[in-house]
Amino acid sequence: MKKRSLEASRKRMTALTYAALIIGALIMVFPFLWMILTSLKTVPESMQVPPTIFPKEMIVSNFSDAMKSLPFLKLYLNTGLMILFRVICAVAFSSMAGYAFAMLEFRGKKLFFGIVLVQMSLPSQIFIIPQYQMVAKMGLANTIFALVFPGIVSAFGVFFLRQTYMGIPKEIGEAAYLDGCTQWQTFYKVMFPLTGTSVAALTIFTAVFAYSDLMWPLVVNSDLNMMTLSSGLATLRGQFTTNFPVLMAGSLLAMLPMVILYLIFQRQFIEGIATTGGK
Amino acid sequence: MKNKLSPAARREENWGWIMVAPTIIGLVVLNLWPFVQTIYTSFCEHLGFGHYKFIGLGNYTEIFQNAEFWKATWNTILFCILTVPVGLFLSLLVAMLLNAKVKFKGGFRTIFFLPMVCAPAAVTMVWRWIFNGEYGILNQLFGAHVGWITDPRFVMISCAIVAIWSNIGYDAVLLLAGLQNIPKTLYEANSIDGAGPVKQFFTITLPMVSPTLFVVMIMRLMSAVKVYDLIYMMVEETNPAVTSVQSLMYLFYRESFVAGSRGTGSAIVIWTVLLIGMVTVIQFYGQKKWVNYDV
Repeated sequence: MKKRSLEASRKRMTALTYAALIIGALIMVFPFLWMILTSLKTVPESMQVPPTIFPKEMIVSNFSDAMKSLPFLKLYLNTGLMILFRVICAVAFSSMAGYAFAMLEFRGKKLFFGIVLVQMSLPSQIFIIPQYQMVAKMGLANTIFALVFPGIVSAFGVFFLRQTYMGIPKEIGEAAYLDGCTQWQTFYKVMFPLTGTSVAALTIFTAVFAYSDLMWPLVVNSDLNMMTLSSGLATLRGQFTTNFPVLMAGSLLAMLPMVILYLIFQRQFIEGIATTGGK
Repeated sequence: MKNKLSPAARREENWGWIMVAPTIIGLVVLNLWPFVQTIYTSFCEHLGFGHYKFIGLGNYTEIFQNAEFWKATWNTILFCILTVPVGLFLSLLVAMLLNAKVKFKGGFRTIFFLPMVCAPAAVTMVWRWIFNGEYGILNQLFGAHVGWITDPRFVMISCAIVAIWSNIGYDAVLLLAGLQNIPKTLYEANSIDGAGPVKQFFTITLPMVSPTLFVVMIMRLMSAVKVYDLIYMMVEETNPAVTSVQSLMYLFYRESFVAGSRGTGSAIVIWTVLLIGMVTVIQFYGQKKWVNYDV
């Protein structure tokens, strides 16, 4: 008797769990669905009362309208290049420094690592005005370089990869060193290849962060042709205040590349961002 | 440091310096020096074209007498209060649901995590549409006429909803990792003792997950204090409700880059850093009361 009621309550729990998860998932998905549906409607239909769920006739002109008002190809290129250079810099410099902080002894190590920690604990906005003035003084506003600039070094990357290198037994490095490798070869040929998972995590973290960033691209590149997808969308918002189908089409175009990458590499994305979590 | 280093140790030291050099030079140029400059600028008046005049505490006395500044400070604190506890509660709930024996766990995780890879600029656009006072689906659904992003009474709540929705999946993934580290045997022993699920939650789950919860909370608080992009995209400067939701970083952006008063902007950002410092100190004292490190 008792067993049966236990069974029943467990079944009820499972049903409740599924119900909650499905309701939650619907709430998460709905804005994306609504974005897609609206982007295929005409403006009058989008403002219809009561609203239609599915477009009466699917139109794609909103997408071409969005592409006419924003140079999307340039925005993809700018965003892509910014991410590429930031990732290369973050991975190269942070790997080197992370290895040195974890494995090597040198004077000034504590002080240098202190600088890394100070940067990590300050909000990025505190650097923005002087960073902007530097870029402006060099005459490099409205360039790809300007977009990359604050991300040339990554204190977080150094901190994160240092922890990875600390998890690798020192003996591996020492063995390579005794085999006649120089410090550089030990790092480059033996140790660096062992950090693949962490480097992938740092890559994803850096890419998503750069892609989402809004204030810096908005401040430093005001030329429409040099904007990123994020800052371009902010401009589009000002242009089409009430034309929501075009705004939805533009947002979809901006989201698409990252969402596709995410759907292909879900596990790497989720685990990567989860292991870098905390920043 | 009198003892002579062996040649091998000296080589090691040289390599150490070479390998940290790009990072350290970069950090000094890009961060450390700008940090000092921002502190200095907060005591200066910007005369235009990068020229500054030292005016002492002028910027600070100016912002401290400015109602809009205090409103922005309050808005920032309110945003933290509205988003962090509710967000943490819901994320923990989602994490626990995902930790149960369910099918399609991966699929659910992918869906909940999705907003994380979408730029806030894109995501807020659809929320503006959902919240639209005249034609938005939310009002149509409930037959209401609420100005979700134009009415000063509701605009903060709307922004908080978007923030919570955006972060739930990310926080849940972090918390899920914490939950999965709890040994199953603890629950088994406990249920033999006859403890129900609610009691189990308070005696096992919550204490065991509290270190992760603390990390997520700190992270969430820090990013809530710095909130800018979401509010900027939801509520443009010409929206009359902007003062009801404008955060410190939003005000900083407007002062520094729209109005061009970089001295005032710097003072605002220094004030924000002090606020972050205060929050951190409170947290680290508060954690002793509820975070469990014995396990």
